[in-house]
Amino acid sequence: MEQTSARSEIPVAASVASTQTAEEKKFPLPSSLGVVPGTEGAQQAYPYYMQFTPDDDERFWFYNSMHFPEPMSVFDMVTAEAAYCALGAANTRVHCLPTTKGIDYRIINGRVYIGGVAVTDPAEVAERTREFQARAFYYYEHWERLYEQWKRKMRELIGQAQALPKPHLPDYEPLENVHMGRGIASNQTLLVTYQKTLEGYFQMWHHHFEFLLLGYGAYLTFFDFCKKAFPEIADQTIAQMVAGIEAEIFRPDEELKRLAQCAVDLKVDDVFRDGIKAEDVLATLATRGAEGKAWLDELETSRDPWFNVNVGDGFYHYHRAWNDDLTIPFSALPGYIAKVKAGVNLERPTEQLMEERKQLIEDYRELLDTDEERAAYDQMIHLAHRVFPYVEGHKFYCEHWYTNLFFNKIREFGELLAQNGFFADAEDVFNLSHYEVEAAIIDLMHSWSSGSPPRGTQRFSALVKERKAALAEWAKHETAPALGPVPDVIDDPSIVMLWGITRESLNAWLNSGDEVDSNEIRGFAASRGVVEGPARVVKSVDEIARLQQGDILVCQVTNPTWAPIFQKISAAVSDIGGSMSHAAIVAREYGLPAVVGTGTATHKIKDGQRIRVDGGRGIVTLLD
Amino acid sequence: MNSNEHISWFADIGLQDRPTVGGKGGSLGELTRAGIAVPPGFVVRTAAFETFLAALEARAPVRARVESLAHDDLQAITELSNEMRERVEKEPLPAAVEQDLIASYAALCADSPDSPVAIRSSATTEDAEDASFAGLQDTYLWVLGAADAVKYVRSCWASLYSVPSMAYRRKHGLPEEGVAMAVVVQRMVDAHCAGVMFTRSPLTGDKSVITIEGAWGLGSSVVGGEVTPDRFVVGKITGEITVRDISEKLVEHKPAAGGGVVDLPVEGDRRTAPCLSDDELQRLREIGRKVEKHYGRPQDIEWAIDQSGNVMLLQSRPETVWSAKAAAPVAKPTDNPLSHVMNIFGGRR
Repeated sequence: MEQTSARSEIPVAASVASTQTAEEKKFPLPSSLGVVPGTEGAQQAYPYYMQFTPDDDERFWFYNSMHFPEPMSVFDMVTAEAAYCALGAANTRVHCLPTTKGIDYRIINGRVYIGGVAVTDPAEVAERTREFQARAFYYYEHWERLYEQWKRKMRELIGQAQALPKPHLPDYEPLENVHMGRGIASNQTLLVTYQKTLEGYFQMWHHHFEFLLLGYGAYLTFFDFCKKAFPEIADQTIAQMVAGIEAEIFRPDEELKRLAQCAVDLKVDDVFRDGIKAEDVLATLATRGAEGKAWLDELETSRDPWFNVNVGDGFYHYHRAWNDDLTIPFSALPGYIAKVKAGVNLERPTEQLMEERKQLIEDYRELLDTDEERAAYDQMIHLAHRVFPYVEGHKFYCEHWYTNLFFNKIREFGELLAQNGFFADAEDVFNLSHYEVEAAIIDLMHSWSSGSPPRGTQRFSALVKERKAALAEWAKHETAPALGPVPDVIDDPSIVMLWGITRESLNAWLNSGDEVDSNEIRGFAASRGVVEGPARVVKSVDEIARLQQGDILVCQVTNPTWAPIFQKISAAVSDIGGSMSHAAIVAREYGLPAVVGTGTATHKIKDGQRIRVDGGRGIVTLLD
Repeated sequence: MNSNEHISWFADIGLQDRPTVGGKGGSLGELTRAGIAVPPGFVVRTAAFETFLAALEARAPVRARVESLAHDDLQAITELSNEMRERVEKEPLPAAVEQDLIASYAALCADSPDSPVAIRSSATTEDAEDASFAGLQDTYLWVLGAADAVKYVRSCWASLYSVPSMAYRRKHGLPEEGVAMAVVVQRMVDAHCAGVMFTRSPLTGDKSVITIEGAWGLGSSVVGGEVTPDRFVVGKITGEITVRDISEKLVEHKPAAGGGVVDLPVEGDRRTAPCLSDDELQRLREIGRKVEKHYGRPQDIEWAIDQSGNVMLLQSRPETVWSAKAAAPVAKPTDNPLSHVMNIFGGRR
């Protein structure tokens, strides 16, 4: 792999001279970022290839708080590992993006930093351009067929993951295995199941990136055109022109609305009251005769697959799916039921939305100066519309459905290891690396086979304890948004597309200290409207329950699967995210003002503080 | 009352009548016919001016004397200007013209004889729209009664012989033969607030936004630059209000008791209160879009909102600054539509 990127070749002195602020303000070097004292052991739990080394000081890195806003437990780093292997393969070797290769990543204090690998040699760019056009253009040309095929592949992969047996070690090998002469004992199945679980997850991420950059690239092509033709157009307007109307991402919430309607139709709506527990609702419905049963049947229909949506972005094991924890979906039902009874039509007016989108596109088209521009506009939006179903739809299959299956399977291994004394709780397994989990499984395999106790119980219990303490400690410490020399320009399309990072956003980060006296926080205008209210600063998913009707949600990354929460809140503010993030789409869907990508909202806004959110201008104002 | 040789009601004229009703009159007629709310009125056509000038020429030459001026002889221009203005003021209106004007005025104000009107000069040539040619002094606001109406129509005519106006014509060698002036007589809006609107961004030329500037009272304070107006930017298509710059508005123009306009201080919270509600901004946006659609190009519009909340347009002319720029196309269609993505992936950004 090329060691140097475009940025590292720029002499530091030159970039400093270019702007005054660059001289005064720099990001710290990776080597200056110490491990929090007392957590050195936990830091070493991450594999060597994720650790910063002195030569990393030469390069520019930024904190990937979009995907990893909280310190990552050792096991959860498998997501970074699998995702970047797959992203890099797609960019570097499969589609051959001309100017960029993959993403390198490092972890310190549980925080994931990433950096791009740019291609700067003109001859190499030319060669890669030829390769790109032979590969990516084929995908564009055959997008619909390949995407249909993709969905089949994903369903198949999901089916394989579902078919994996629950890890179990019987006291004696089942008699039928003996009689059929299987010859392979249950401890071997344990290892195979674990390896297939991991293999499937790595494979899923390859599918995830099969279309992603190409999809975003086509979208951004249209986006760029609009920004040039209409310099003052809001990002969200462009997103609205492209957004799909019936994307999978809306379905879970749609199912809840459907279930609310069912509850009213079946006259069991009285069971759903604010604050009542999901299991109590289920128990009561079971006693409500045919109507209760009918509703429970409807629930089952919705659950498979639409409740396989998790409450986060699928990057943390504790982002549980609705199916695993009905709290979120059920907490939304009383509100929807009240609306149904008040005669509100909850169904998404898809035909009307479709018509509005068509009109929007037509109205902007008409404003263009020439027929030539209109023809180019038509070509670009046509491609954007073709690719966007993937951009919107893939998350449901990958980050939600598959990821839930994966973490739940690991959780089952956790349960087995906990039963065998490796640690106290099934969830503790997530404090081991995937190598260590495999070691513990092999230890257990041997213990089962030899009849001796496992060797690692004390060892792993101690490591879990140390790492849990470190995670709690790391969460208390802020981390620098970026490290290393500031690049003059960010023209890496994958970084611009996936993380929305531009030279302007780096300047904002560098200057964020200047805002101390100001009561304004700026971000991307994601969904228009102005609202004032109390801020609820939610730093992790566990805190969602604290949200009260009318609160303004302030979080690190807004998430579309929090959609049912959006009927409760009056506005949303996030540290990270762009106008094409799903968060922005859901906020627009609910007609709530939203400002995303502020960088600092969760640090600067105090819980309970009154704030004003101007979603049309991307400004949050602190009112007291 | 019907239109005739000397008078044209707005509903009877359009842009194509510019040579006989002037730019302003033609535009107000065009807007009226397009169904845009414009305060009612009529134009005193150039024919009326010609009749008047013929009477003046009969006493002593006018046009020949103007044409004999050297464009840089400011003293001679000033002397002739003073002389001409005096002659115009003293010359009675030809009977037929005066009769038509007074009758039209009476018809315009039939419902309420004390109705205030605005008397606005409406020049006939493209050049005449240049600020150096037709200045603000050519508009007389809050004119009360037929006698004053007649007086100010004459004043508008006289303004053709102002020093800057004659100097401009001489500098550009324009023949006096074609120089004529129509005059707009229009019911006046007691504006609650008023201002201007561009149906594109004056900053970036973006045609997808409408920029609206306004202040309390009559729009003359905004047009004349006496007040820093509130400034709003509204998405032309989306209606999104992206900019709200509320300024401190210290004065407003209000009607004076005996006619004309006075400056009044703005007191208290009104100084920093926005002069337009969101609803009013949206109504202005809709009207702006409609006018732009009608003309097929971005417009520069003057508007007022009366005390009952009705939005009226006082003028609309084509936006000239950005329209004059020859912009390179943002993109051209390509044989292979896919090659557009190279703008993103090709590293040519």
